[in-house]
Amino acid sequence: MASQNLQSVPAELSPEEQEREAAGKAYFDRIISEDSRIEPRDWMPEAYRKTLLRQISQHAHSEIIGMQPEANWITRAPSLKRKSILMAKVQDEAGHGLYLYSAAETLGQTRDKMMEDLIAGKARYSSIFNYPAISWADMGAIGWLVDGAAICNQVPLCRASFGPYGRAMVRICKEESFHQRQGFEILLELSNGTPEQKQMAQEAVNRWYAPSLMMFGPPDDDSPNSKQSMAWNIKRFSNDELRSRFVGMMVEQVKVLGLTLPDKDIRFNEETKKWEHGPLDWNEFKEVLAGRGPCNSQRIERRREAHENGAWVREAAVAYARKQAQKEHAA
Amino acid sequence: MSPHGNPEEPASSASEIKREAPKVAATTPAEQQHHEAPWSLWEVFVRSSRGLSHVHAGSLHAPDAAMALRNARDLYTRRNEGVSIWVVPAEAISSSDPDSKGAFFESPQGKDYRHATYYTKSEGVKHL
Ligand SMILES: [Fe+2]
Ligand SMILES: [Fe+2]
Ligand SMILES: [Fe+2]
Repeated sequence: MASQNLQSVPAELSPEEQEREAAGKAYFDRIISEDSRIEPRDWMPEAYRKTLLRQISQHAHSEIIGMQPEANWITRAPSLKRKSILMAKVQDEAGHGLYLYSAAETLGQTRDKMMEDLIAGKARYSSIFNYPAISWADMGAIGWLVDGAAICNQVPLCRASFGPYGRAMVRICKEESFHQRQGFEILLELSNGTPEQKQMAQEAVNRWYAPSLMMFGPPDDDSPNSKQSMAWNIKRFSNDELRSRFVGMMVEQVKVLGLTLPDKDIRFNEETKKWEHGPLDWNEFKEVLAGRGPCNSQRIERRREAHENGAWVREAAVAYARKQAQKEHAA
Repeated sequence: MSPHGNPEEPASSASEIKREAPKVAATTPAEQQHHEAPWSLWEVFVRSSRGLSHVHAGSLHAPDAAMALRNARDLYTRRNEGVSIWVVPAEAISSSDPDSKGAFFESPQGKDYRHATYYTKSEGVKHL
């Protein structure tokens, strides 16, 4: 029950304030138990607000940092068509970041503060984006596996109890499906190409398979906050549940690609009716999350550079806006 | 890692959206010297096709209305989602108080006779 998770009313409140807090709590509880939506100006427990702010801002940062591995390949895309597609995808990821920053702002955090935290290395983002994209086939594997895992995660988030988050996710999910399909197509073309191209595709799948499974987060017995998030209707399915579903989908799709998944332990458990996969290196996951992945410092450095190099554009825009306002005033 | 929450803020502050006022028209010389004034927040409304109303799509930051419109086009209509866009400074929007939901919307309560379903005697009568 959601009501068990609410904090007790702080003692220093006046009787009227306490009454208002209690009424707010009762209202919040009812909204959650009816599986309805909380909006930014509604009363909400501080822990709910913090959890969401952390999750949404981390999600926004992931979209923004996630532009980098693919942006790397824009100038080296093998054809004009692939270059246009990749640019559209990277532009979408920027958009996703902006939708999510807007949603996070409704919880009382300024965008500038979130940006500062990111370039100061104080904010987290998905561990997956700290892996390098070393061949063109990685553009295929990222689209197919990384965006595929993201979609699996994000579709249930469209029903998250916090209205602005759910609405941002609806918009994002609509755009994501092209991301996964274009990745699948890249791999399919390579797989049907020369033996070297096919090998390049297989190696990319081998590289991205385990990190993409880890995108769903630690195993359920090592994911202390999941229960609370599920009680608040932020999260709808556990990490392991989503991971298992994802494995089941990939098992079928990889056959169409004519490639294999680098996991000999994949099996469908007839008893639990769930897909199972081989062991994952959770120490690696923790290391990458703690900032010691292959590309962590490079990613943050690149983001900082982009932010600083863009300062003159922001200044010019403000100066231009001021000038236009003065002109209008004079006219 | 430090959470993004703002521990200085009391729980009840979650009932207010922090909206920054557009700074453009009202900048003082002191603010002009500060080289990175934050861009103000704009709410974006998109008309998806002719004949439909503008619907709230989301928000964005921009230094003025002209750039807010351009940013809105790039952010919210990358796939022909709209034929017209409105941008409104977020601080210009007045809204009903979320704490007085009951009281504010009380008047239609108990006024079933405003709905066609209230009138049952005419059931079965054609074209009525
Ligand atoms: Fe995305
Ligand atoms: Fe995403
Ligand atoms: Fe994507």
